[in-house]
Amino acid sequence: MAGTSPAMTSISIDVASRAAFVVAGIELVADLSGALFWEEQGLLIVSDLHLEKGSSFATRGVLLPPFDTVATLGRLAAVIARHDPHMVIALGDSFHDRAAHDRLSATDREALAALQARRDWIWISGNHDPVLPSDLGGAVAEEVAIGPIMFRHEPSGAPGEIAGHLHPKARVSTRGRSMERRCFACDGERAVMPAFGAYAGGLSIRDAAFGKIFQATALMAHVLGDHRLHTIAASRCY
Amino acid sequence: MVRSAGTDPLWLPLLPEKFLRWFAGRGWSPREHQLDLLQKARDDRSALLIAPTGAGKTLAGFLPTLVELSTTSPLRPSPLPPRSGGEGSGVGGLSARTTASEFADAPPTPDPSPPRATRVGGGEKNVRAESPSQRSRGLHTLYISPLKALAVDIARNLETPIAEIGLAIKVETRTGDTPVSRRARQRRYPPDILLTTPEQLALLLSSDDAPFLFGSLRRIVLDELHALVTSKRGDLLSLGLARLWQLAPQLRAIGLSATVAEPESLARFLVPQRDGNVEAADIVVAGGAAAPIVEMLDTRERLPWAGHSARHALTEVYELIKGNKTTLVFVNTRSQAEMLFQELWRMNDDNLAIALHHGSLDVAQRRKVEDAMAAGKLRGVVCTSSLDLGVDWGDVDLVINIGAPKGASRLMQRIGRANHRIDEASRAVLVPANRFEVLECRVAIDAVAENAQDTPPLRTGALDVLAQHVLGRACGEPFLSDELYAEVLTAAPYSGLTRTDFDDTVDFVASGGYALKTYERFARIKQDKTGRWRVTNPRVRQSYRLNVGTIVEESMLKVRLVRGRGAKGNTGSTGAVGRGGRMLGQIEEYFIEGLVVGDTFVFGGEVVRYEALAEDQVYVSRAHDKDAKVPSYMGGKFPLSTYLAERVRKLLDDDKAWKALPEQVRDWLSLQAHLSRVPGARELLVETFPRADKHYLVCYPFEGRLAHQTLGMLLTRRMERARVRPLGFVANEYALAVWGLGDMSFMIRQGKLDLGALFDPDMLGDDLEAWLAESALMKRTFRTCAIISGLIARRFTGEEKTRRQVLFSTDLIYDVLRKHQPDHVLLRAARADAATGLLDIRRLSDMLLRIKGRITHRELTRISPLAVPVMLEIGREAVYGEASDELLAEAAEELVKEAMS
Repeated sequence: MAGTSPAMTSISIDVASRAAFVVAGIELVADLSGALFWEEQGLLIVSDLHLEKGSSFATRGVLLPPFDTVATLGRLAAVIARHDPHMVIALGDSFHDRAAHDRLSATDREALAALQARRDWIWISGNHDPVLPSDLGGAVAEEVAIGPIMFRHEPSGAPGEIAGHLHPKARVSTRGRSMERRCFACDGERAVMPAFGAYAGGLSIRDAAFGKIFQATALMAHVLGDHRLHTIAASRCY
Repeated sequence: MVRSAGTDPLWLPLLPEKFLRWFAGRGWSPREHQLDLLQKARDDRSALLIAPTGAGKTLAGFLPTLVELSTTSPLRPSPLPPRSGGEGSGVGGLSARTTASEFADAPPTPDPSPPRATRVGGGEKNVRAESPSQRSRGLHTLYISPLKALAVDIARNLETPIAEIGLAIKVETRTGDTPVSRRARQRRYPPDILLTTPEQLALLLSSDDAPFLFGSLRRIVLDELHALVTSKRGDLLSLGLARLWQLAPQLRAIGLSATVAEPESLARFLVPQRDGNVEAADIVVAGGAAAPIVEMLDTRERLPWAGHSARHALTEVYELIKGNKTTLVFVNTRSQAEMLFQELWRMNDDNLAIALHHGSLDVAQRRKVEDAMAAGKLRGVVCTSSLDLGVDWGDVDLVINIGAPKGASRLMQRIGRANHRIDEASRAVLVPANRFEVLECRVAIDAVAENAQDTPPLRTGALDVLAQHVLGRACGEPFLSDELYAEVLTAAPYSGLTRTDFDDTVDFVASGGYALKTYERFARIKQDKTGRWRVTNPRVRQSYRLNVGTIVEESMLKVRLVRGRGAKGNTGSTGAVGRGGRMLGQIEEYFIEGLVVGDTFVFGGEVVRYEALAEDQVYVSRAHDKDAKVPSYMGGKFPLSTYLAERVRKLLDDDKAWKALPEQVRDWLSLQAHLSRVPGARELLVETFPRADKHYLVCYPFEGRLAHQTLGMLLTRRMERARVRPLGFVANEYALAVWGLGDMSFMIRQGKLDLGALFDPDMLGDDLEAWLAESALMKRTFRTCAIISGLIARRFTGEEKTRRQVLFSTDLIYDVLRKHQPDHVLLRAARADAATGLLDIRRLSDMLLRIKGRITHRELTRISPLAVPVMLEIGREAVYGEASDELLAEAAEELVKEAMS
């Protein structure tokens, strides 16, 4: 039984966490939290927050720890502080179910409001949250087009599209050892973002669902490491 | 030691005349321990019987029951509530000595429906010699076995004496396979004797009619108790017992066990613990077993330095099988079994019937092997711990143990599998697979000769199991916290449970036990006006029933053999491989996750190539390679016992004792003494040396692979901080090797690396905490606790989720919970498990304290003889540590290399 030292990776966070990739000619900075930052536009994109997933299960008798919303908003606050965007787009499934926003605690509501202050905020509706209430702050939209890029929740495969919904993850194995992480899926023309929510699971980038959207040969997994973004061909992942 | 009838009239009254006639008719006489147990029963005492295999243990356990039921007078008025006796109330009655007043406070039965009179003859295990109109007299004896196959087998074996003695006793089994209709009938019309498993007992106790069903219970027989109590199943069983003692105060227990290190502590399990006093059942030890004959194979071949395959001794193993009637060949892991089986058949020119048996094989395939074995058709069976327990077979005349014995008691139990007649000596041959294992085999043989035992101490009851039990209790009769707490304290493993832990557990079951009190409205159990806890809706009850039990399987995938696509396949899981294919068995998901398509490994007795993964199926094809690319040793489930480890250290320390070792091993140790040092019994030897372009540190704690692995994780963290620039480590049962870029010898010489500080027990503080945050082993431990405690379901009510539809990941829940409520009851349960389980932290901590101030450092110019075995493991062992950015970077670089070539 062997292992590598857990702490031997370099700690060049500032540079490494700003790794970028290109979608339809636009360079986007991939944040290791799973967010994308379009520097030129001052635009931060996060996808599939799944807020109140814990309490959603609780209503059905599965009492998952009720801290997922706090955890997700905490990470969101950190990435917003890092990039100080003019605008934030939440790419759908921001709430785990239709009633989820009613279950937000007062503290979480305030934390969310503080994040929305001094910047534009767009909620794109998703299949989990098709109807979003007006008292949440920010605008609600089905999809948003900015320059050559179209933001929507469910990927259609159209060029220039950045979507969420599928929660891509990649498993990498070598010599009997393996690890699995969330990733951006991108073939240069379109991208699917990893889920941002604390309890959001993942779907393997090798699943057929990705095959329908991307050009198989160009599909890359931009894998969220602890300190770096790793770009690995999807065909190498599991 | 066996007394015969007629020589000692004192015991005569213990056995009624018809029993004596039966014994005599078979040419037997009752054994002393059988009579002792009858006497204990007569004295109204619970008892623990310690006896080797073949001692007539099972009959001994049931004799008190059979005698009591045979003397039940049909004229006695039934002490049971009218419902249970129905129209046959004049027939029932319990043992002749049971007075009706003992039942005065028996709770009334909640089920108002009257029994129907159509039950007689309904059960196929219904053995009746008397009037067919006899009515149920209530459940008299419960038998609990760790294996359902054993329960079924015992039922069959009991029928013979019952029929031959002419007793009107109804015996039934209840397992996961028992049809729903029969289960319902058993609850309403219990048999006299019910044979079942700990899980089924928990289910029965969670039903409304538990007070009716168990109110009449007189005896409980717990088989293979030594095996049951070492796991969480034992915790669950102990809580079930505590409940039974409440429902049936007249209940007395008989535990059947192999020899253990601390029989007194095991005997506590069988009786209620009260008011902080230590209560224990009486202990009966069966004598008369012949001492086993155990030898170590003195191989003609060269002894390997490392590895676990014992490939060098295959010819000799084959000759042993050939020279005996039936041989059991035990190995420590599934993959060893696979490899050995494959190799034996490669040389099987005599076409000996040699079979393979391990837990991952298809059930039907295993049954086939067991049946062939019972029928005496096999010459050899290569098996894992899957055959440590279970049905006794006929004529096994030799046990071969390949590799490390791991523990003295464990070895003795395996050897006992060859012992079908108590007065004949069992024969066993130990085959060490490498030089260190020679030392281990040597001390294990000495331990067996001294009858020294090293079974683990009695467990402290786990909180996740308690949570499951609390929910089960709420599914039955509503309970008061104070009463349930008092009841739980009577269970030996929980006798030290604090009220805080108990209340936190109840709070967890109710609404999650979170600091944020947001789930009160979703509570699964609630207190009514009288303060009694009850389930809030039927769905909770249903979910409990679907998820009862403490056995959490590794996530397994089905392995199917299909035709391959040739060697080039690297297209992953979406490629078109012919589906279907013959089912070979099941394999751990985490093993498959470490493979790349095209990798070969050994499974089902052959080398196969990993072709594809789809849903829960792994498709493999036959590879024509001789050796598998990916080793799958994975270590055994059981680490080297502390006791054997200590004996190995003492053996090393005593060069006069080396005489008992093979010459090759003696030479090896002498060379070590000359070139470096042979570690003393209490010290820790640390060697440092350069090799190629790296520097190595090798130490010899002898604390087992799991503790060494944890040590490796923590040491590399500290060495990283000390700028030793460690690159990796590898551990085996005896040693740990760490390598890095920094010159450790130089740093120690210069005082820049202080070994005392490096191995200081304070590593179990912050370093451990930091590592646990990311440890995959810890996450696996947490997942098990989450499932057992009922936080998440193995099966959701009304829907069979397939594996790939997992709705959330317990790893993510672990991360979040750990950050926001680090003292949550589930995390406490997981940490308690980590102390003894996959991380073996307690053992590591004991070792660090032992060697404090006793570290001996040797600076060497090259690798020492003692270091060779662990160094050989590098690149050869299945790698099983935590992975991080390095692994991802490696995968990314492979791509670059490909692009550049």
